Amino acid sequence: MRKIVLAVAAVLFAGSAMADEQVIKLKAGPGADKVEANCAACHSLSYIPMNSVFLNAAGWDATVNKMIKVMGAPIDDGDAAAIKAYLTKNYGK
Amino acid sequence: MQKMNRRAFLGTSAAAAGATMLGGFGRLTQAEAATAAAELTPGVPSGIASYVTMGTLPGKKPLIQLADRPPNYEAPLEYFRTPITPNDQFFVRYHLADIPEVDVKTYKIAVGGDGANGQAELTLDDLKKFPAVEVVAVNQCSGNRRGLSQPHVAGVEWGYGAMGCARWKGARLKDILDKVGLKKEAIEIAFNGADGPAVDKTPDFIKSIPAWKAVDENTIVAYEMNGQPLPHLNGAPARLIVPGWTGTYWMKHLISINALTKPLGGFWMNPAYRIPLGKFPIVARFTSQETAVNTPITEIVINSLITSHRDGAKVKAGKVTVSGMAWDGGYGIRRVEVSTDGGKTWTDAKLGEDHGRYAFRPWSFELHAKKGKNTVMVNATNAIGQTQTGTLIFNPAGYHNNVMQSITLHA
Repeated sequence: MRKIVLAVAAVLFAGSAMADEQVIKLKAGPGADKVEANCAACHSLSYIPMNSVFLNAAGWDATVNKMIKVMGAPIDDGDAAAIKAYLTKNYGK
Repeated sequence: MQKMNRRAFLGTSAAAAGATMLGGFGRLTQAEAATAAAELTPGVPSGIASYVTMGTLPGKKPLIQLADRPPNYEAPLEYFRTPITPNDQFFVRYHLADIPEVDVKTYKIAVGGDGANGQAELTLDDLKKFPAVEVVAVNQCSGNRRGLSQPHVAGVEWGYGAMGCARWKGARLKDILDKVGLKKEAIEIAFNGADGPAVDKTPDFIKSIPAWKAVDENTIVAYEMNGQPLPHLNGAPARLIVPGWTGTYWMKHLISINALTKPLGGFWMNPAYRIPLGKFPIVARFTSQETAVNTPITEIVINSLITSHRDGAKVKAGKVTVSGMAWDGGYGIRRVEVSTDGGKTWTDAKLGEDHGRYAFRPWSFELHAKKGKNTVMVNATNAIGQTQTGTLIFNPAGYHNNVMQSITLHA
């Protein structure tokens, strides 16, 4: 766990050039670590609560698929499944 | 090009975080603005209130911080009480998180493409040697008010504030294109900016406009905004200004201009930024990009906003001045009407100073507020007879929301 936190912190620190870094505390639950480890590499986690609560499972599937297929996010299948399940359960309708 | 200095940011943001924002902004009390949640447009997705704060970027007054990376910050309602939006109150919108601070000394715009007879490289000084022109124009994000879509659709969930109106100064794009010479086969002009993605596989943000719009005398490459160099986060050193069209075409940190003989591809042209064919009363077409089912978003639809009061505000019974802005895709606002009986009867509002057909047009209305509930509804009409819509024209990306606003004032 500590390793993941450090990795995420490093990514945030290196990747962000903006002021007022947002501190987004995701809801606790299985898959939250996968979300932090993958999604935060390219964008702040605020985009998740921003897009809630209105997407259903299909909506979050489409969003995660777009990130992988269109935006080129290097997320493996196992992590993608965990991320979709987490987002649907915690930020879905 | 140099990345932003992180330490410099922390200094400014800490100082600004303690500052109050509302002295002199009019009717809102500090308490009303104390939390960013109170600044949110009614109707945006509920999840935003769980995290949102007012963010202070370097050189900016507090803006609603929807996201910090890539940065997407919208202006609170009280920043729209003047027809010209000051630079430090102007919204910030990026698709991609790698935003270099461009060094003006080495800055160059590469001009060319297969639709051009030649090539050129322009420095900022070169740009300033062209005849300078000024245009006052609204820069509005295509997705402004996306957060009000019903049902909600995924994306940056903007309320009213992803827009602003500024006086832009720069060189005509036509003059720049004349320098390299356009072939008659040139159908689109494409633009790239210095900002890029966090990972290489993310498509770079590259956009095109039709050649006819590119050579319009009002389409310029601007290096000044309201008499000042462009703020970094609004596109320094130079950006494209496409008056009347939505912000997606207003390329920031402009580094290349390419004349094309074939339509530009790529994610940001298709499927992104598309509207269904035939659903909106759009005059300006982008025919080289049209498909059987959709077309790129082009001109801004006619719209208005009450900026003097929020929905649910308390007022004193008697005379109350309700005011706001109206704008469109460049045909010019002809009329703004107000209804206090839910749309049964309408009265003309008084139009304010005209800053040109691409600008915010201020309007005001004397309401005789009665004890209890007063509703105020607004509808704008432009010079070609277009008006706002009564009910949302739903589309999957949440564009072009110009539903007539209706607020309740309590006296």
